[in-house]
Parts: sequence; C-alpha cells; structure tokens
Amino acid sequence: MIGSIRKLGRWGLGAFERLGRAHIFLYYILMGVPPVLLRFSLLVQQMLSVGVLSLLIIVVSGFFVGMVLGLQGYNTLVDFGAEQSLGVVVALSLVRELGPVVAGLLFAGRAGSALTAEIGLMKSTEQLSGMEMMAVDPIKRVIAPRFLAGFISLPILATIFTAVGIVGGYFVGVGLLGVDDGAFWSQMQAKVDFGEDIMNGVIKSIVFGFVVTWIAVFEGYDCVPTSEGVSRATTRTVVHSSLAILGLDFVLTALMFT
Amino acid sequence: MNDNSDDVLVRIRDLHFSRGNRKIFNGVDLDIRRGKVTAIMGPSGTGKTTLLKLIGGQLKPDQGSIQVDGLEVPKLKLSKLYELRKRIGMLFQSGALLTDINVFDNVAFPIREHTNMPPSMIRDMVLMKLESVGLRNARDMMPSELSGGMARRVALARAMALDPMMILYDEPFTGQDPISMGVIVQLIRLLNDALGLTSIVVSHDVQETATIADDIYVLSEGKVVGHGTPQQLAETDSDWVKQFMQGLPDGPVPFHYLGMQYVDDLLAGTDPERGV
Amino acid sequence: MHNSKTVEILVGLFVALGIAALFMLAMKVSNLSTFSSEGGYVVTARFENIGGLKVRSPVTVAGVRVGRISDINFDNTTYEAVVSMSIEAGYNTLPTDTSASIFTAGLLGEQYVSLEPGGDEKYLQQGGEVRLTQSAIVLEQVIGQFLYSQAEGGDK
Repeated sequence: MIGSIRKLGRWGLGAFERLGRAHIFLYYILMGVPPVLLRFSLLVQQMLSVGVLSLLIIVVSGFFVGMVLGLQGYNTLVDFGAEQSLGVVVALSLVRELGPVVAGLLFAGRAGSALTAEIGLMKSTEQLSGMEMMAVDPIKRVIAPRFLAGFISLPILATIFTAVGIVGGYFVGVGLLGVDDGAFWSQMQAKVDFGEDIMNGVIKSIVFGFVVTWIAVFEGYDCVPTSEGVSRATTRTVVHSSLAILGLDFVLTALMFT
Repeated sequence: MNDNSDDVLVRIRDLHFSRGNRKIFNGVDLDIRRGKVTAIMGPSGTGKTTLLKLIGGQLKPDQGSIQVDGLEVPKLKLSKLYELRKRIGMLFQSGALLTDINVFDNVAFPIREHTNMPPSMIRDMVLMKLESVGLRNARDMMPSELSGGMARRVALARAMALDPMMILYDEPFTGQDPISMGVIVQLIRLLNDALGLTSIVVSHDVQETATIADDIYVLSEGKVVGHGTPQQLAETDSDWVKQFMQGLPDGPVPFHYLGMQYVDDLLAGTDPERGV
Repeated sequence: MHNSKTVEILVGLFVALGIAALFMLAMKVSNLSTFSSEGGYVVTARFENIGGLKVRSPVTVAGVRVGRISDINFDNTTYEAVVSMSIEAGYNTLPTDTSASIFTAGLLGEQYVSLEPGGDEKYLQQGGEVRLTQSAIVLEQVIGQFLYSQAEGGDK
C-alpha cells in the first residue's frame, strides 16, 4: 500500500520535473526565434519538411472527411426535409472543429513524430553535442527553426484541410446526392460568420500548432539517446500531442462558442 | 620536467564529478602541455569521454578547477564559453557528422556559422582541410555513404576548420579496420606537429596510443593511477598499470565481477529473488 | 537533396495555397462577402414577442437579404423587445411606414425579420424606427389555439 503510494508520488514528481524542463526549454526556444527570422533560409528549409511534405495527407484526408460529412449529414437532414442545410452542417463542423482538430492530429502523427525522431537521432548520434562543441547553439540552429516552421505550418494546413473538406462535402452533396447548388452555398454563407467561426477555427489551429510542435521538439531533445529512447519519445509525442489537442479543443470551444 | 605555467594549456586540479550516486572522478590532477599529444587512457567506463566534456564545458564539475588557456571553464559565461569552443576542435567517437548535408557542407558548417567569408574563400578553406585528410575528392558524398574511417577523417577536417589551438579526440581508434586505424594514428601526429596544435587523445587502445603520445595519463576508479611517457609506463612497477598496458586478463582488476564467493553461492542452494 | 531555389518555390506555393484556402473560406463559405457592417445604417423595431430570433439572424425584403439583426434588448417599461437591425448601405430607400414581421424559414427553420415596404415618400434613416410590427408566431400557441377551436367546434 505504502509502496504503491510512493510509486505514485515518484511518478508525480517525475511528471512535474519534466513539465518544468519543458517550460524552461520553451523559454530557450522562444529566445532562439528572433535569430531564425534573420536567417530565413533555415526556416524555409524546415517549412518544406514540416509543412509541404504533410500537404498530401492533409488534402486527401480533408477530402474524405468532407465527403463523409456530406453523406452522413444528408442522410440525417433528409428525414427533416432540411437537406438544403447540408452546406451549413458540413461547413460549420469543419470550420469550427474537424478542420483544426483532425488536421492537428494528422500533423502530430506525420510531422510531429518525424520531428521527434529527427532530433532524437541527432542527439543519439552526438550531432547536437558536436554542434555545441563547435560553438553553435543547437537550440537556435536546430530546434528554433523547426519549432517556428511547425507553428506556422499547422494553421496553413488546417485551413487547407477545411477548404478541401467543404469541397468534398459539396462533391457528395451537390454532385452525387442532388442537393441544390445555390442553397448549399447560400445557406452556408448565411450561417457561417467570418469572425466568429472561421477566425476562431484558425486560432484553434494556431494553438494546436504551438503545442504539438513544442511537445515534438521537447520529446526529441529530452529523449534518452539510444534507439529505444528515440522510439519511445516518438510514441510519446503522438500520444501526448493527440491528448493535448483534444483536451485543449474542449477548453477552447467552451471559451469561444458559448 | 619543466613545469612553466605557459607551457601548460589545460590544467585540472582536484576534479570531482559524479553522476547520480556513482563517483566518476575523485580528485583528478592533470596537466596538458602545449604542442604535445597527450593520451588519457583507462578501461571502459572510467569517464574518459566525460573528462573531454568537462574540458569543453558541456558538463560542470562538482568541485575542482579546470583551466584552459588560463580561463576557468566551469565559471565561464555562455558567450565566453562559446568563444573558447571556437578555438577547440572535438572529434567524436561517432564522428557526429550532420547527416542531412554532404561532406563539403559538413566541413564548411563551422566556417559558415562563425564567419562571413565569401563562398569562394570558404571553398578554398574546405578543400584545403579535406586535402589534408585525403578526402578532397569525396566532398560530394553524403555521410551515410562514407565508411567509418572516412567519416572520422571528415569529422577531423571539420574539427580543424576554424584552425583551433587544441583538438580533443574521443576514442579515435575504436571500431576501425587496421588500415584506417593506421591512417588516423598518423594523421593525429602529423597534424599536431604541422599545425602546432595541442592534442588530447582519449582511448583504451594501448598499442596505437603509445606510438603517438608524448605523455600518457592512466585513469582508474576516479583517480590518476599512472603518468609518464610511453617508455616510462612500459617499465612501470605498478601492478595495475602493468595489467592495463599489457592487457592481462587477471590482476588487480579481477576477472570476476565482485560479489558472493563462488563456493558459497553454490552451497547456499537458494536464490530468493528468483524464487528458488 | 533539394537545391534551395526549388525549396523556396515549394514553400512559396504552400503558403500561397494556405492563403487561397483562407480566401475561399472568407468569400465562398462565410458571410464576409455578402455582408459588410461598414457603411450600413441601423433601424430599430419593437416586438411583443420575438420567438427564437437571435443576433445575426437575417433581415429580408421580398425574400432578399438586406441586413442582419445587430442587437436585441428588452425595454423595462413597455415590456417589449427592442430589435436593432443593421441594413446595408445600398438598401437606403425603405419608406418610413415599412412594416416588420418575424417569420420562420420552413417549419423548423431559423427565424428572420421580413420587412414589407409601405408607400411613404420619406425613407428610413440611421436610428429610425419601424413602427408597424408583427410578432413571431410561436408554434405552441398556434397549436394550442387550433386545438382549442377544434374542441369548441366539436362541442357544437
């Protein structure tokens, strides 16, 4: 009994210690961000691997999610004779929730895990240590550009996801199921507010981008420098950032749409 | 021996360092003299690599002083430490080449980070360094395409890129075939003399190290147990140093991991942890 | 692997695609294109009961959307709801004797204000009031009345 309480205590202390280290790390990253803006090529390079290479999975998933929403929404709405509102259903669910959340989850799986693995590998092969010995700060040179790239990329990816999803919903609703073209768009326009809905969705994706990239670079930098440590860190990145996205989504939704 | 302070580049006094509960250094004194190749030897796990990290300021000692070129390393501010590190090259065991850029860019990396030289000058410098390790024609290869020995030579070219005053070698001979080992042994000596460097070689390969070192320190259990030229150490009367230098299987360092006596262990017949 | 020019082009395209997507959301999906709050004018109307009317509900004339509800207040002395409607600047020829009714789009749809232009030669200005109003039809009341009249009819 005492033993298990002690175990719990040790676990709690460990968790808090990690949390503390993560925040100190964040401070150093943020200090490293201004120099990155001066060396634009570093940022562009990372935008390619973090953002552009995630584009395909985002576009394909967005289209499918939109199509499913169109199909499910139609089947439900048609019972009430309200299939004209399909555009509203598809657009609002994507803009407010699914766009930022699903794009964030995909981003955590695709780009977040890759970031952790890359940084963890650089750590375990002494590349980070080597940089330090060459008087190059790895946080400024390696971590900060990746952090900034992820932070910028996710909102862009989420916006693309949402837009493609709406096109997917349009394709199924109007193209295949015969909802009136004009009603689809006009009802959507009447109900979706730019400031209230779309901007709040964008704000969500900015928050998710910040948190996911932070978790990913921290796990990579903090991992045990062995191949097992790197693979554990990669798993943790995906699990922790997914949980963080879903939890924060609830908090943000409660703050934004009440 | 001439113990003039100008002659000593790295001076370590009463160094204590522990990791967790394990004491790694327990009062180590070392002098690394300018222009010499100094070897630091000892069995695996005696913290030889840790010593290099302490000299480079990547770790801080619990107690004691580490002076490099008159600067007290553990007390340096980060910006001063970075200034010092520009004058120190380090060759990691794995080479630690950046895997996403090619050989040329790896060697150019420190130059590009720390200077504003025009590309044509950087090219000349990089080719010069690569020429000195014999890999000028491998400049377009990626690190993954290099053999272990080549990677280490590229890393050596990179360590020299900023014309440092001192190069630290972390286990440069481990895991090399005899030819590339010979190449590296020779390079360390040649570069040291040609460029007027000071070299610290951390290693447990006695034969190779003995051929190039001017001075050897032998570490064990957190202390310096032997010091002298290769010649002096070969004629030592310390049992421990003899065992290490000649690679004898048993001696002061026992073959058996310490614990219960074999006979007692068999006679006891039970092993509570295993539930026997 | 990639030379820096290709990298820059790809990243540039990526960012451009993101901006295009945001532009599409703004113009095609949201109400940003059909309604701009600038340059419009606000008129008020008093209703006994506004039913399910909400801020941002549409205001229409002859079925065409001309503005939206910008504010809903309660008047403590008359016990009426005061609804402010923001009308777009282009629709500035609504006569002063225009009447306002609250209708429901479809049986279960959202509620909106429909304006019926009168014949006056003066037009509504900023801060003007629509005096003729008809309250929302509350479904429960209608059904209640219907059942009541049916019951009365059945007795006779």
